[in-house]
Amino acid sequence: MTGRADANPATRDAAPATAAAATGEAGATSVRLFGWDAARWRWVAAAALLAAALYAPFQLIPFHVFQLTMVLVYAVALLGLNLLVGHAGQISLGHGAFFAVGAYAAAILMERWDTPYPLTLPIAAAVAFVLGLVLGVPAMRLRGLYLALVTLAIAIFLVPLLKRFEEVTGGSMGLTLAKPAPPAWSGLAEDQWIYFLVLAVAVAAFLLAGSLLRSRVGRALHAVRDNEIAAEVMGVRLSFYKTLAFAWSAMFAGAAGCVYTWVIGFVSPDSFTVNLSITLLAGLVVGGLGTMAGPVLGALFVMFVPGISQEINDAAPGVIFGLLIIAVMYVAPTGLAGLAGRLIRKIPRKE
Amino acid sequence: MLEVHDLTVRFGGITALDGVGFEVARGEMVGLIGPNGAGKTTLFNCLTRRHEADSGTVTYEGRDLTAVAPYAIARLGIARTFQNLGLFPRLSVRDNVLVGAHHRGRAGFLTAGLRLPGVRREERALGAEADAVLERLGLTKVAGHPATGLPFGTLKRVELARALVSRPRLLLLDEPVNGLNAAEVEEFAGTLRAIRDAYDLTVIVVEHHMGFVMGLCERIVCLDFGRKIAEGPPTEVQRDPGVIEAYLGTAV
Repeated sequence: MTGRADANPATRDAAPATAAAATGEAGATSVRLFGWDAARWRWVAAAALLAAALYAPFQLIPFHVFQLTMVLVYAVALLGLNLLVGHAGQISLGHGAFFAVGAYAAAILMERWDTPYPLTLPIAAAVAFVLGLVLGVPAMRLRGLYLALVTLAIAIFLVPLLKRFEEVTGGSMGLTLAKPAPPAWSGLAEDQWIYFLVLAVAVAAFLLAGSLLRSRVGRALHAVRDNEIAAEVMGVRLSFYKTLAFAWSAMFAGAAGCVYTWVIGFVSPDSFTVNLSITLLAGLVVGGLGTMAGPVLGALFVMFVPGISQEINDAAPGVIFGLLIIAVMYVAPTGLAGLAGRLIRKIPRKE
Repeated sequence: MLEVHDLTVRFGGITALDGVGFEVARGEMVGLIGPNGAGKTTLFNCLTRRHEADSGTVTYEGRDLTAVAPYAIARLGIARTFQNLGLFPRLSVRDNVLVGAHHRGRAGFLTAGLRLPGVRREERALGAEADAVLERLGLTKVAGHPATGLPFGTLKRVELARALVSRPRLLLLDEPVNGLNAAEVEEFAGTLRAIRDAYDLTVIVVEHHMGFVMGLCERIVCLDFGRKIAEGPPTEVQRDPGVIEAYLGTAV
């Protein structure tokens, strides 16, 4: 691979090489279609998806554009949650709180200080990051159920807290804001403009997380997830990586919350109940933990399945939603992303 | 290079190590033997800071090892393999090996996320080195395979590759040929000799396979019930009545 093979012919014994050749058959896991390997197909798929995403708002009615925008908002939040749960192997039942913090940070900045909306994104992300760091330091000393409980508590105490400081947060009434207006040069309608703003944020977030995960840091997080003891022996500082994974995860959720405020133009405590945190986690698990497609598929699930449940049975949408989650997990225990991967591998291939 | 002095470790009422002491000089290959439960793995765990010592000292290159944080051991040039494999099952073989180079990298969350030029350079350099080690150990063909579902002997080599990429000066091998057949043991011994010379390693190897240990190591330390019962060249230790008794028991 590196042309180094003949650098040390004397010390290299041939036996291991033949042993590996025998096992080499098992090593061929990458999908090859028309001579392209899996990595190349992933890029093609991502490019096609992006092209479709750029084209869609010109073909859809405003309500559907809005729905698609919300899918992107959830996708960014789930991307953050995935970093922590799917990649670093920790758990959070409180990510709705970081989403809310981002949403409120943006709303308060725009409402109280007339901050231009593009500026609210870095500030809201930074606020969520710092909060994630502060809460992450003690939280990451816990694991499993204890961590789940602590993060759940974060989500629980948030709503009463938001209602309490009425002068700043607008209390139970919430805050109503103007949505970002499309500049004249763009020639876009408001819903289309907002859609493209959110798309840009989502693409940036996915690129950022993608390169993070393909690096030394991503490998360290995966190592912590797969085997803490071995990771530590290899020099991975567990507390550092767990805490920063929590903070980065919170930051993505906060950024998602910020763009949520742009999209909806309204925040109130009742939009960010514990239910949101649980739905996010359920959406991620259904979408597929530890994959790049998982957050997108999970976002589609979070956005559309409650509505579908409502249509199926108006009286008990929650029951249908729950049953659908159970059904998906039964058919695809590794989530929708895992199911898609299994189906692709079933396609007969030319060798 | 390594001085263990009067090391004692207790778990509740059980004394896993009882005043163990020995030294390892630079470049040596030392075998650590003893019946099951003798405290061999516990000793390794002490050296890599998985267990706290109740008393005694461990000095490595003049530094008190008991005061070093567990994650900082790798940076000091100590690498180990695990008795029952300590791989990352969902990572590819190549990524497993690259985790071994973790302490040599600098990339942080932000620089990696932005994929700055320095990060790309570092990634390329460590990647090339990992590929070279994979090649040397005959693992190139399985580099993209997840570190599960491969033959046990292959996974043992992956662990060795991961340890080597961390550029250790002291390598701790915990039962490296456990579960391998006779041909594989022979092959592994050859690989280990070559690697030791190429990387200028000091090695401590825990192993039950007597042929392997006796043929490979210059010196043997034998533990039994947490105590050192013999130390010396293989030929001497093999004839030591205490060692024979520990392994076979005494005639009634």
